[in-house]
Amino acid sequence: MYVKFDFNTLCRKVLEEKLKDQGVKYRLLNFGEVELCESLTQEQCKAFRENLEDYGIEIIENQKTALVQKIKDAISEIISSDETIPVKASIYIAEKLNHSYGYLSSLFSEVANTSIENFIIIQKIEYAKELIINSRQNLTEIARKLNYSSVAHLSAQFKNMTGITPSQFQKIIALRRKARQYDHQYSRAI
Amino acid sequence: MTKEYLNVILADADEGNLILLERILQDFKIPSKIKTFTTSNQLMDYLRQNIMVEEVLFMDYRIPGKTCLDCLSEIKSNPKFDHLTTIIYSENLSAAEEEEIFVAGTNVLMKKPDNYKDMKKSVTDIISVTWQYHTAGLNKNNFIMKV
Repeated sequence: MYVKFDFNTLCRKVLEEKLKDQGVKYRLLNFGEVELCESLTQEQCKAFRENLEDYGIEIIENQKTALVQKIKDAISEIISSDETIPVKASIYIAEKLNHSYGYLSSLFSEVANTSIENFIIIQKIEYAKELIINSRQNLTEIARKLNYSSVAHLSAQFKNMTGITPSQFQKIIALRRKARQYDHQYSRAI
Repeated sequence: MTKEYLNVILADADEGNLILLERILQDFKIPSKIKTFTTSNQLMDYLRQNIMVEEVLFMDYRIPGKTCLDCLSEIKSNPKFDHLTTIIYSENLSAAEEEEIFVAGTNVLMKKPDNYKDMKKSVTDIISVTWQYHTAGLNKNNFIMKV
């Protein structure tokens, strides 16, 4: 059996459950941003942090890191959106976060160890991989969905980032699944 | 995840390769804590016993001891190592060997360059992408890269 995740819904749900467990009044703002209506004691904060850690959720204290996280969230939003955002990514990010793109761009490179432009490409290719594995869409449809001018453009960028072609990627994943199924059957047989 | 450094394991029987990789990693702007092993048996004993799991493993395909493919299978079948990025390298591999290594579960396959400059570029590219997988919550099952 294979399952498909919607990471946004998943994260939101886990966060809401944990906040309810904590028994504090809260308001979920944008993705990854929570407004607490009452302040937590140091012990409560520690317990909450540890409670979230098991789910890979981390409370960000550093302002710069928080802003970089917001940039990453905005990029994910641009890429996974079903509608094409009618402005350039740089304009969208700058307007959404209310800072100049120059400032955001240099902050991002300093904290995230890659440029915003490169991070956008990484995220696009990751999204393409998810679609290749989990959707019935062919490469032409995936290229269109991710705003590539052609399949050739998507394939070239995929190869440039990963060193393999989309079809090689697809083959490796399929062979891994087959090998795991075989291992599973074999271990059940003995 | 806001990490400040990467914990890296190097596994290679050739001390020269170990020194080279250590030097490249030390020059990198993302700091690393490095552990080295010269046989795969030592490496696997360490991995089995150690509670904390490192984030990155560089391993020579032709390392003496348990075969690289067997090590990969053991690592991939244990959820304890879900966050470990594996990088297998060799000077020469056939297409069939490459496919076998990927199917066994490696994240990265590196054709080992024969000079320091190219080696530094390959390792830098790999660590940059690995860092993004560790810090941006990307799906590591889909981390497949050839350099």
